[in-house]
Amino acid sequence: MADEHKHVDEVSGVETTGHEWDGIRELNNPMPRWWLYSFYATIIWAIGYAIAYPSWPMLTEATRGVLGYSSRAEVTAELSDAKAAQAGNVERIASDKIEDIMADPELRQFAISAGASAFKVNCAQCHGSGAAGGKGFPNLNDDEWLWGGKPEEIYQTIAHGIRHAGDGETRVSEMPAFGDMLAPEEIRATAAYVASLTGTPSSPALVEPGKQVFADNCASCHGADAKGSREFGAPNLADAIWLKGEGEQAIIDQMRLPKHGVMPAWLQRIGDPVVKELAIFVHSLGGGE
Amino acid sequence: MLHQPAHKAGSVERLEAEPVNAARQRRPLYEKRRKIFPKRAEGRFRRFKWLVMLVTLSIYYLTPWIRWDRGAHAPDQAVLIDLGARRFYFFFIEIWPQEFFFVAGLLVMAGFGLFLVTSAVGRAWCGYACPQTVWVDLFLVIERFIEGDRNARMRLDAGPWTLDKIRKRVAKHSIWLVIGVVTGGAWIFYFADAPTLLKSFVALQAAPAAYMTVATLTATTYVFGGLMREQVCTYMCPWPRIQAAMLDENSLVVTYKDWRGETRSRHAKKAAAAGEAVGDCVDCNACVAVCPMGIDIRDGQQLECITCALCIDACDGVMDKLGRERGLISYATLSDYAANMALATNGGATAIDTRRVRGANGAFVDGIRHFDWRIIFRPRVLVYFGIWVLVGLGLLYALVSRDRLELNVLHDRNPQYVVESDGSVRNGYMIKLLNMIPEQRRITLTLEGMPSAQMRIAGQGDGRSFLVAIDPDKVTSLKVFVTIPKAKLPEAEQGFSFKAEDPSSHERDVYRANFNQPAAAK
Ligand code: SF4
Ligand code: SF4
Repeated sequence: MADEHKHVDEVSGVETTGHEWDGIRELNNPMPRWWLYSFYATIIWAIGYAIAYPSWPMLTEATRGVLGYSSRAEVTAELSDAKAAQAGNVERIASDKIEDIMADPELRQFAISAGASAFKVNCAQCHGSGAAGGKGFPNLNDDEWLWGGKPEEIYQTIAHGIRHAGDGETRVSEMPAFGDMLAPEEIRATAAYVASLTGTPSSPALVEPGKQVFADNCASCHGADAKGSREFGAPNLADAIWLKGEGEQAIIDQMRLPKHGVMPAWLQRIGDPVVKELAIFVHSLGGGE
Repeated sequence: MLHQPAHKAGSVERLEAEPVNAARQRRPLYEKRRKIFPKRAEGRFRRFKWLVMLVTLSIYYLTPWIRWDRGAHAPDQAVLIDLGARRFYFFFIEIWPQEFFFVAGLLVMAGFGLFLVTSAVGRAWCGYACPQTVWVDLFLVIERFIEGDRNARMRLDAGPWTLDKIRKRVAKHSIWLVIGVVTGGAWIFYFADAPTLLKSFVALQAAPAAYMTVATLTATTYVFGGLMREQVCTYMCPWPRIQAAMLDENSLVVTYKDWRGETRSRHAKKAAAAGEAVGDCVDCNACVAVCPMGIDIRDGQQLECITCALCIDACDGVMDKLGRERGLISYATLSDYAANMALATNGGATAIDTRRVRGANGAFVDGIRHFDWRIIFRPRVLVYFGIWVLVGLGLLYALVSRDRLELNVLHDRNPQYVVESDGSVRNGYMIKLLNMIPEQRRITLTLEGMPSAQMRIAGQGDGRSFLVAIDPDKVTSLKVFVTIPKAKLPEAEQGFSFKAEDPSSHERDVYRANFNQPAAAK
């Protein structure tokens, strides 16, 4: 191997490397030049790259590179670019009244899109990602509104919340616990009466007495016709929508020991423009008035 | 050594031209590239190639500047790939992204077209139309203009670095680079309004991508066309390998007819007088000198040969001077060649003896096979042609029958349905109306089926049919609610249809949709 005269392959006339395996020798052909130069070029590139960009891991962080590039800074820049691109619309939403925003189709569409993403972040936890709600959490797609379905009313509800302690303008109402005030039979009769407004009650005989109990105890909030009152957030009991569950038993439960939903006030948390966007978005879901 | 003075043999100039790779001396794979100095050829193929070059380069450079009026709502550039708006305009045709299969179909046609051409007339693509060939030709024109023809260029190359040499080299490479810039520049004009882009490009206000593209294409044009030339064909391009698979014994390839050329001799008269068999080839090397690939076609078919046919021109010129039939080198099929070789060698029993192929009067004997154009129409070619035509007709049919008004419907899935306070059930749909012509249109959107259902569009009230304005060359989105009253529930019909129709042209599209309702109502 260390001999002075390199072995030359007879067939090809090319020098061998001197390595031999069972009589097979490796030809010492040179690299194609283009390949070799490309290889050198990659080395030079790598050196340049290592100087220009973050590359070598150190104890606490990697070397920073002279260009000062960081992917985090890039994201920040992209985000602020996106913000800047939206700035005009956001400013108009901040300064315009809701009805003016709604009157401009382009701005309204922008508000709906912005509201949709704000909804996913802030509201979907209770109202569901499709805003369809659930038992105790209102469905925002339908046309029943406890506190009003006009954009301004929706805005008011979102901004100040419902039964949100600490907000002076929050919407408040409380249904008394009739379990302490009425006899169980009276409660059952009232439930039968309420059920009879939209369907068939379990016992028709209870409807008449129930009607009387309702007039004495419930009509002050829910109205004589049981169609509810938005002033008190009292739901319409003569329609197909049942926030606390459908059926006489659900009505009995709610009468005896009422459950009251609480919705936070959002104005301080997310600011006026986002509340406007949310109101316009919720209004666009199909039930808006 | 290369620039030895040419010998004179009668009226035929004899050139010292060593092929870069020859059968008698195979070049080692790792050898340094030998420079090639193609001599200017003249003849009918050369003229045809000038014409092809003129046509192809004009198409490439000028197409983006053709204007085509499409009205106010679409660009007026005849050929435009608008990546931002995702539209492809080609004269009267406008292609939307979902119609991209037209482009795929054209690529399929291009593929089969190549198969067709290759099996019929060999590597015609390589020899005449390939951008590499065309641009190398263009670069060679510049080179010849500045440095002179073959001998002058070889002298200059071997000579010392004088002021004159530096001047010529700088001039040549500068012009090459300018061609590169123009080539790259022409490319970007296909992707934006050409006049606007040119102005902003010159004012250094175009997008960085434009400059990057031009820089890259300048570099590739310059390097491939000026510096690498034949190496691109021999080492980089996959086509020679693929095309070789499409050639058979009946394909036309540039062929040196050994059977009439051999035994080649520089002293034909003397040899003939001595009673030896003398072929038509006078070994003048004209064919080698003109070859842009630097090979010797007399060694037979070679991977390097791009069938540019310049050696045919060169040899035809020599044959004219010698008063012999043209076509010692010509397009021929391997089967004709083999038959004639068998005749000339007595079935391989002897060396080539031209006395077997020529009669006493000097004309070819009857047994010699000449090219018969009918061989082009053999099954293989016809099959390729058939497929090519079928794809073409299919695309044509798709083009004339395609819709310019389309309706897409996305059914709300969250929530699947909404129960309203009066007990009616509502479904939401996002309707997308695709107006694929650059004109404002008013179309009717109608509900078909489910007679009890009502449709509601924000701001337009309830109804079963609406007139909707849709923007030119755009997708218009509409949120639509469909409601069925409680009394009509459950709705027995499985589905219904949205129909969009242009009342003036009666163009229409129908989308079959479903209606979701509570399980209890079913
Ligand atoms: S051998 Fe002839 S046809 Fe082939 S590349 Fe050379 S000049 Fe062109
Ligand atoms: S084939 Fe024609 S061009 Fe080539 S050396 Fe022979 S005579 Fe000359």
